[in-house]
Amino acid sequence: MKDLESRIAQTLAEIGSSADLAALEAVRVAALGRKGSVTELLKGLGSLPAAERKAAGAVINQAKARISAALDSRRVALEAAALERELASGAIDVTLPGRGQSVGGLHPVTRTRLRIETIFRRAGFSVAEGPEVEDDFHNFEALNIPANHPARAMHDTFYFGDGRLLRTHTSPVQIRAMQLQGVPIRVIAPGPVYRRDSDVTHTPMFHQVEGLVLDEDVSLANLKAVLASFVEQFFEKPRGLRFRPSYFPFTEPSAEVDIQCVLCDGAGCRICKQTGWIEILGCGMVHPNVLTACGVDATRWQGYAFGMGIERLAMLRYAVNDLRMFFENDLRFLAQFNRG
Amino acid sequence: MRISLAWLRDWVDAGLDPTALATRLTMSGHEVESIEAAAGDFQGVVVGEVLTVERHPGADKLTVCQVAGGGSSLLQIVCGASNVRAGMKTPLALEGAKVAAGAVIRRTKLRGVESNGMLCSARELGLSDEHEGILELPDELVTGTPLRDALALDDTILTLNVTPNRGDVLSVLGVAREVAAITGRKLAPPALEPVAAVTREKFDVRLEAPAACPRFAGRVIQGVNPAARTPLWMRERLRRAGIRSIRPVVDVTNYVMLELGQPLHAYDLRRLSGHIEVRMARAGEKLLLLDGREMALDPATLVIADGTGPVGLAGVMGGEKSGIAVDTADVFLEAAFFPPDTVAGVARRHGFATDAAQRFERGVDPRGQERAIERATELLLAIAGGRPGPAVLTQDEASQPRRPGVTLRPERVASLLGIEIPRTEIEEILRRLGMQVAGAGDVLGVIPPSHRFDIAIEQDLIEEVGRIFGYDNIPRTDARMPQRPQPATERAVTRERLRLLLVDRGYQEVITYSFVDPRLQRRMFPGQEALALENPLSAELAEMRVSLWPGLVETARFNQRRQLERVRIFEVGTRFELHGGRLVESQVIAGLATGAALPEQWGTDKRAADFYDLKSDVEGLFALTGRQAEISYVAEPRDCLHPGRSAAVYDGEVCVGWIGQLQPELARALDLRAAPWVFELGIDPSFRSEVPVFMEISKYPAIRRDLAVVVDEAITLEELRESASFAAKGLLHELAIFDVYRGKGVEAGRKSIALGLILQETSRTLTDEEADTVVAAVIERVKGDLKAGIRE
Repeated sequence: MKDLESRIAQTLAEIGSSADLAALEAVRVAALGRKGSVTELLKGLGSLPAAERKAAGAVINQAKARISAALDSRRVALEAAALERELASGAIDVTLPGRGQSVGGLHPVTRTRLRIETIFRRAGFSVAEGPEVEDDFHNFEALNIPANHPARAMHDTFYFGDGRLLRTHTSPVQIRAMQLQGVPIRVIAPGPVYRRDSDVTHTPMFHQVEGLVLDEDVSLANLKAVLASFVEQFFEKPRGLRFRPSYFPFTEPSAEVDIQCVLCDGAGCRICKQTGWIEILGCGMVHPNVLTACGVDATRWQGYAFGMGIERLAMLRYAVNDLRMFFENDLRFLAQFNRG
Repeated sequence: MRISLAWLRDWVDAGLDPTALATRLTMSGHEVESIEAAAGDFQGVVVGEVLTVERHPGADKLTVCQVAGGGSSLLQIVCGASNVRAGMKTPLALEGAKVAAGAVIRRTKLRGVESNGMLCSARELGLSDEHEGILELPDELVTGTPLRDALALDDTILTLNVTPNRGDVLSVLGVAREVAAITGRKLAPPALEPVAAVTREKFDVRLEAPAACPRFAGRVIQGVNPAARTPLWMRERLRRAGIRSIRPVVDVTNYVMLELGQPLHAYDLRRLSGHIEVRMARAGEKLLLLDGREMALDPATLVIADGTGPVGLAGVMGGEKSGIAVDTADVFLEAAFFPPDTVAGVARRHGFATDAAQRFERGVDPRGQERAIERATELLLAIAGGRPGPAVLTQDEASQPRRPGVTLRPERVASLLGIEIPRTEIEEILRRLGMQVAGAGDVLGVIPPSHRFDIAIEQDLIEEVGRIFGYDNIPRTDARMPQRPQPATERAVTRERLRLLLVDRGYQEVITYSFVDPRLQRRMFPGQEALALENPLSAELAEMRVSLWPGLVETARFNQRRQLERVRIFEVGTRFELHGGRLVESQVIAGLATGAALPEQWGTDKRAADFYDLKSDVEGLFALTGRQAEISYVAEPRDCLHPGRSAAVYDGEVCVGWIGQLQPELARALDLRAAPWVFELGIDPSFRSEVPVFMEISKYPAIRRDLAVVVDEAITLEELRESASFAAKGLLHELAIFDVYRGKGVEAGRKSIALGLILQETSRTLTDEEADTVVAAVIERVKGDLKAGIRE
C-alpha cells in the first residue's frame, strides 16, 4: 500500500504539472486508462484473499476518486487558461474604421421635394406629373394667358420653334390633371420648370410644386389654413404668414404669401432685406376661365391653386446662400445633405 | 413705379406715415419694394449765391469764393469744383452742417486760405450720384433759404410693384384712388378746368384703324416760348419719378402721364403736313424713331402718319422728324387711346419698354384723353405761354370698349372667401373703389368706373372686396377631411426606392440641366435626332438631352477638376428622344462610377470600379422588382461605349437600357482621368413588379457538386448556364460561379470557370447516385455543346 501512496502522489504531481489538455489526458490514461496503473491495481484485487479484498478495494477506489477529482479540477483550470489565451490573442483595435462601400445621399432638391410631398400626402393630396415639353395651350392659353397678355412678359420662355415650349411653371399639370381626373380633385404636381434667365438668383431650370384643390365648397379660408399648416410643418415651427393680394391670370382672387423670416424670426436681416418677411409662394382661387377651358363646370366647382419654388424652400430650410450650387453638383456640397 | 408722397398728398391725405402707408399699399395688392428719402439726411445747408471767384494763390485747381447766404456777411469758401462761377446759386453747407455722408463741415484752412463752409455736389446731398462739380440751383431760389425748404426735399419716394392687370395704378391719380379706397379718406384732386381756346387752329385727325385706335384727342398750341425753362418744382417731381427733364413741352407731356396715367405725345407742327392718319403701317414703310433707331414697319403695326408717311409708332415712341426741337414754337398735342393688344404685340416684337408702351399695354383709362389734353395745355401755358386752339376729340363710336355691368352675389363672396361679409360693407367697399352699385334682392348690379377695365366677372369683384376687406381678416378654416384613401400599389417599384437603393450603395444623387451641349451630345450619340431650342440661353445649353449621360459625364469632369477622383453619381430624370420626329419623354435612372471601387480603406486591395461593380448595382435595382430572372444582358455595341465592354439590358425581348464603359477616346477628349462606367435604364415599365406569393420551402436537403469547366474565351457564362440547365433537367436549383481563372494549367485563349451546381428535388431527398448522374450529364453536355474540358 505504501507503493500505492507513492504512486498516487506521483500521479497527482503529474496532474499538477501537466501543461495542457493533451498532457493531462496522457496522465489520465496512464493512471485510469484501460491499462492504467490504478486500473491494473483494481484488476489485481481478484487475486487477493476475500477478507482483504474489501479493504484494499476501498483504498484503491478512494485513490481513484482523488485522481479523478484532481484531473477534473486541472482540466477546468487548463480550459479556462486556454480560453483566456485565445481571447487575449484575438483582441483587435476597435478604433480602426469599418470597411466596405460608403453611403451616398439624395440631392437636396429631391430631399426637399419628398418632404413637401410627404406633408401634402398626409393632408390627402395625391401626386401628379406632366410633360416638360408643353404646348401653348397647356402652358398659357388654358391658364387664361392669351397671346399678348402682359403676364407672358413675366415668363421668359424657351421655345422649340414649332409652337412647343419648355413649361415655365408646373401649372399645366393642373390643366392635365383636371382633364384626366376630373373633379373633385386634390393634387400636387412637383417637377422641373424652365425660364430663360440666368444670374445670381436665377437658373434656367428649377423646380416647383403646384397644388390644386377643387370641390363644391372650397374657399380662400381653406387655402389659408392649408398653407399655414404646411409652412409650420415644413419649417417645424409656427411661422407668421401674410397673404398679400396679387395677380396671376389663372387665379382670381390671387395672393402672394410671405412668411416671417426663418433666419431672424421677423426682426429684420439681410435675407429678408430688413422687412422681416420672405415671399415663398403664389396662390389663389382658380379662375373660372381655367375651369371652363378644362371642361369643368365653373358654376358648380371652385377651389384653389398654389405654386412654390422647391429650391427657395430648400435654401431657407438648409441656409443655402447660392441657388446655383444646386446645379453645379459639387460633391462636397451635395454630401452635406446626406443625413436622414 | 416710383411715387413721391408729396405729390400724392396733392391728391389725397392718407393720414399715415410713409411706413404705415407702404404696409397698407402692400397688403392691398400694390407691393412696396422700397421706401427712400428724396434726399440724403443733410442739415445746415442753405441756398448760396457765389458773388466772386478768385484763383487760390497756392493751388491751381482751387478757387476762393465769396458766397452770400450764410447770414449778414459774406463767407469766404475754398472750392475745388471746375464749374463754380460768379453769379451762380449752389448749395452752401455752413459751418457745423451735416452732409449726406455724415461728415460735419468745419471752419478750416486749405493750403493756407481760410474756408468757412462748403459748396456741395448733388451726391454730397444724397440727391443723385452726380458729383461732377457743384450742383447748379435755379436762379429763382431765394439766397439764404434752407435748401430742404427751397427744394421741398422732405419727401419720401415709394417704389411700387404694380401688377400687370392694374395699369390704372401707374399714375399719381391711380395710387391716390387706391389710397382713398384703402383708408376711406376722400380723394381731393386739384381743380382741373378746361382751357378755353383763343385760336381756331385745328389739325385734321383721321382714324383709319378704329379698332386699334378708337379715340384721339388733339390740340394745336401756337407761339410757345422755346426759350422757357421748366420750373424747378416740376423738374424735381420728374426727377423723383426717375425721368430726366428735357424741355418744357416734353416735360409737360411726361408730367401729365405720371400724374394722370395717360401718355401724351407732342409734335412740332411745322413738321406735320396735311393731316394725321392713324393706320396700320404699309409694307416697305420705314420710320426713324426719336431714339435714333430706324425701324422697318410691317402691316401688323399701328402708326401715326401724316400726309407724307409715318411720324410715330402708335403708343410706343414718336418719330425723329416731327419731334420737339429747341426752336419749336407751334405744337400739336396728342392724347390717344390704344387698346392693350395694339401696343403689346409691337412692344414685345421689337423689344420696346417705353413708359408709354408700358402703360398702353397694361391699359389706360379709355375716357381719360380730354382730361390729359386739358391738363397739359394748362401746364404748358403756365410755363411757356402760347395760344391754344380748341381741344378736338376724334372718336369712332362703334369701336369704343364696351363695359357691361357685373353682377355680384354676396352669397358668392362668402363662398369663395370663406367669410360672411355684411352686404352693407360689400357695397361700401365697392363704392370706395368708384363703382356704382345698385341692389336688388340677392344680386348687386355693379358698374365699374372706366379706369377699372380689369373688372369683367364676379370673381374680379370678389377679389376687390377681399383685398380691401383685408386678406389677413379672412380666417383659416380647415376643410372637410377626405376619407377615401389614396391608391398604394405594390405593382411597381417607386422612383424613391430606386434612388434609395443607389444611395445606400454609395451613389450621390445629382440634378443636371435637361438641355445640354449639342457638340457633346452629337459626339456621344451621333446620328440621333435631338430637340433643339429656338432661343437657347447659350450654345452649351442648346439641345434637349437624349440621355442623362452627357450631364453625368460633365458632372464627373467638374468634380475631378476639384480633386475628387472617385465619383459615384446617379440621376433620375427625363430623357427627350425623337422617334421619327415624334417626341417621347421618358423617365430614366442613370448612374456613373469612376475611380476606386471602394472608398480608400485598410485591409482591402485597392482596385478600380469595373463593369461587374456597376452590374451588381443594376442587378440590385432589378432585384427590387422580383423579376431579375427576366432581365438579360447582351453584349451589343453603342457609339459612346467601349465596344467590348458594353451591354444592352433586356427585359424579356425589350431593350430597356445600357451598361458599359465610356469609349476611352471620348474620355480622353473630355479630359477625364479614366473612362467611367455608366448605366441608364428606362423606369417605366421596366420597374413594374408583382405581388409576392408565398411558396412552401423545400423540406429536402440540397446537394452541391463543384465543377471547373475550361472553355474558349468567347464562350459566355450564359451559354454555359443554358447547357448545364438543359442537361440537369430541372434538378439544377442554383448555379453558383465561384471563380474565373486564366493562366497556369489552362491553355492560352481558354478560361476555367468554377461552377457550384446546387441540386435539389422538390418532392424527395436526392441520392448521391442521382447527383452523380446529373453531374455526368452536365459534363457530357458542355463537352459536346461548348468543347469544354473539365479541370480536376
